Amino acid sequence: MTTLNAIPLTRRGFLVTGGAAGLVCGFITPARAAWAPKGAITPTAPGFDPTLWYSIDSGGIVTVNIIRAEMGQHVGTAIARILAEELEVDWEKVRITHVDTDPKWGLMVTGGSWSVWQSYPVYAQAGAAGRVALIEAGAAMLGVDPGGCIARAGGVSGGGQSVTYAEIVAKGLTRSFTAEELAAMPIKPASERRLIGKPVTALDVAGKIDGSVVYGIDAKVDGMVYARPLLPPTRNGSVVVSVDDAAAKGVKGYLSSLILDDPSGTVPGWVMVLAESYPAALKASALVKVVWKAGPTAAVAEADIQDRARALIADPAVGAILDTGGGDTDTAFAAAASMIEATFTTSTVLHFQLEPLNALAVEIDGVMEVHTGNQWQSLILPQLAVALGRDATKVLMRTYPMGGGFGRRLNGDYAIPAALAAQALGRPVKMILTRADDARFDSVRSPSVQTLRMAFDAKGTVTGMEHHAAAGWPTQVMASFFMPKGTNGEPYDPFAISGADHWYEVGAQKVRALSNDLANATFRPGWLRSVGPGWTNWALESFIDQAAAHVGTDPLAFRLGLLTGAGRNAGVTVNDKGGALRQANVLRLVAEKAGWGASLPAGSARGIATSFGQERGMPTWLACVAEVAVDSATGGVTVQKLTIVTDAGTIIDPDSARAQTEGAMLWGLSMALHEGTEFVAGEVRDTNLNTYTPLRIGDVPMLDISFVDSAEVPVGLGEPATTVVAPAIGNAIFAATGGRVTHLPITPKAVLAAIAG
Amino acid sequence: MTKFTLNGRSVTVDSEPDTPLLWVIRDDLGLTGTKFGCGIGMCGACTVHIDGQAVRSCVTALADVAGARVTTIEGLDPAHAHPVQKAWGALQVPQCGYCQSGQIMQAVALIGHFPQPSDADIDAVMAGNLCRCMTYARIRAAIRQAALEMGA
Repeated sequence: MTTLNAIPLTRRGFLVTGGAAGLVCGFITPARAAWAPKGAITPTAPGFDPTLWYSIDSGGIVTVNIIRAEMGQHVGTAIARILAEELEVDWEKVRITHVDTDPKWGLMVTGGSWSVWQSYPVYAQAGAAGRVALIEAGAAMLGVDPGGCIARAGGVSGGGQSVTYAEIVAKGLTRSFTAEELAAMPIKPASERRLIGKPVTALDVAGKIDGSVVYGIDAKVDGMVYARPLLPPTRNGSVVVSVDDAAAKGVKGYLSSLILDDPSGTVPGWVMVLAESYPAALKASALVKVVWKAGPTAAVAEADIQDRARALIADPAVGAILDTGGGDTDTAFAAAASMIEATFTTSTVLHFQLEPLNALAVEIDGVMEVHTGNQWQSLILPQLAVALGRDATKVLMRTYPMGGGFGRRLNGDYAIPAALAAQALGRPVKMILTRADDARFDSVRSPSVQTLRMAFDAKGTVTGMEHHAAAGWPTQVMASFFMPKGTNGEPYDPFAISGADHWYEVGAQKVRALSNDLANATFRPGWLRSVGPGWTNWALESFIDQAAAHVGTDPLAFRLGLLTGAGRNAGVTVNDKGGALRQANVLRLVAEKAGWGASLPAGSARGIATSFGQERGMPTWLACVAEVAVDSATGGVTVQKLTIVTDAGTIIDPDSARAQTEGAMLWGLSMALHEGTEFVAGEVRDTNLNTYTPLRIGDVPMLDISFVDSAEVPVGLGEPATTVVAPAIGNAIFAATGGRVTHLPITPKAVLAAIAG
Repeated sequence: MTKFTLNGRSVTVDSEPDTPLLWVIRDDLGLTGTKFGCGIGMCGACTVHIDGQAVRSCVTALADVAGARVTTIEGLDPAHAHPVQKAWGALQVPQCGYCQSGQIMQAVALIGHFPQPSDADIDAVMAGNLCRCMTYARIRAAIRQAALEMGA
């Protein structure tokens, strides 16, 4: 999503200023760009409110403000490292602070594996600007030419003398940079890096092994009451008919049951059961009887949603056509010597982030503060203001570390019921969803249906390809302003189709994205770790394997033959430099590491799959080989080893990169074999671990993870590895048995059916 | 009134006897390192030690710990430097961290029963502790490392 990369920060000037109180470094807001303050200031001084990105105190401690949310990816560590690298400070002197939602921070969203990619240029320039300013001021103190000075380890030296940053800060300095100067900052070449790419202790780990990290669910304020919501039978359109709390009145600590009136329409039909303790709220909620008039989707089943998807795919008049460089597929297929077609499906998947949704709302000095973990504050704050009938300046979110995000907390719907209840009661309210509540109104990964076709000439060369994909669209339902338009003028959810617009050379190509309106009505579709590529790449890479079999070519060789790096697949920007040839490279590397082609015992086989991660505009190139054993009697699949090679450009924090890849791969494995649910009577069937069965420790295969050594632009790592595991497993099952599975999750029954043909 | 020992300190709680121990620890006694995950004893985020045994506090009633010794992540080691915690830090096991208090408490109990656990021992005992970030490979490695240190 290159539109998001155009954060206006780089068009602003940058100011480094301070004195005894410390040095502050921030982007100057456009309205004040011409104003140069004099003397020592603090960030809260009247008349000056820079977007403060970092500060250096008189002890030389650097504090970096982080606008991205922490949910296990150690994002603050990666971002602070980029800054510290250019600023030339010791890692031990670096601290991080996660900020509130003051509008000065700009767009606040943590998702899409964007954080490092977007932050790199901004924080590198900001750090370099600080370094330049400190060298100039330090040189003046030393009475030497700044050109002969260097900055290292929090100090400036030159002419045989040196002075620390702390000493420079204590004396005071002011230096402003224009946007042009900032853009031209001397960023260190890769060969001179001292922090980026080197081992590091993540700044957030210590508190996660002694129980001291305060997550949203741990937030508390004096005088708060607890709430457990009673959820209506449908996510949308239910209305409360009556509430009878007579039986609950006997519960010690029970206060009241509140029907929410939500002008934003976010939580229709919710009833909040309030009590002095959470156990009391739970106990009382079991005794409160609510009668609802259910919304229109109360009878919807998973098969209805999938049937709707098939009907949409069958109608050529609907959907958005992506710009894939043109080409007439109708002509290509009409002229084809042969063709193949296949349909792939995926089931509904729950986020099941381990910390159930929760929010604490408290009004402080006329501002409704919501304390919670959240990934997209900028999306929910306007809704919160509408819900509460308040000016946007009278709502604020304080973001806490999350007990898992995985995209669930991009949808901040849970902030609204807590705030409505706090406003209605005039008391702080802490709402916690039970696990079943959390699952019932999860923003699930939509079930999907995809049909793919490929045309070949008489020599077996690919001459055309179509990919039609239908699913619920999170971006349409929650952030429609974010949708680009297809070549036919129809808007589409880029995250729900990304991955289908691949880097293979296939001649005429059509990618059609279809919004499943029944899915959108039945649930709030979610962005779930890797979003669209979680299903598009399942279909694409399974289908490419089928195509290889169709023309009788080895699956690796067939892929390499299509990754020519020609035309639109050459890669022309700094982000996608090298294009399809980098994808071919990771394929070759993973094949070599995994022993592609070497023999395995009967019943075992390898399968290969590749992807470009999340988006064409920010490709993370990766390839995976799965080694699986299939029990042909039971259909049981055991994954013995996963080998993965990733080219994510510059690796900022190697250990976190590995950790994110471990997690993303195993998410891919879990969604391939272990987890999935379905809609029954308008709701998900599985709401807790008694029937929902994500991967456990004993299911973890041998993992072989490596990264391409690269100095290119750093891109994303949180999601990409999710996308390759399922198709690699499906392709391995095909290699082992000759049977092709087409549905996720892969069940033993489906494997047996595939073997039987 | 229910009396028990929490992290070596005697405590008295006047919550209802059927209140899950989890909420007593978190809300009445203010120690939030023990987490709520599933509420049915199947994720392990709420794991504490009761008289040295790893127990799911979300399905343990307050009345059941009368007179017992309860240990939470906060009380595992006065310096938060139990060998298991040290191994967790050295290998940078946590991602989101939410399950890790429970993982650590379960791992300490595991090493108590199996001083030199095999991978099969680890997989069997830790099967009840869900890590949604999927840090499992590091959990295995950290348990082996801690067991080595504790055996030395």
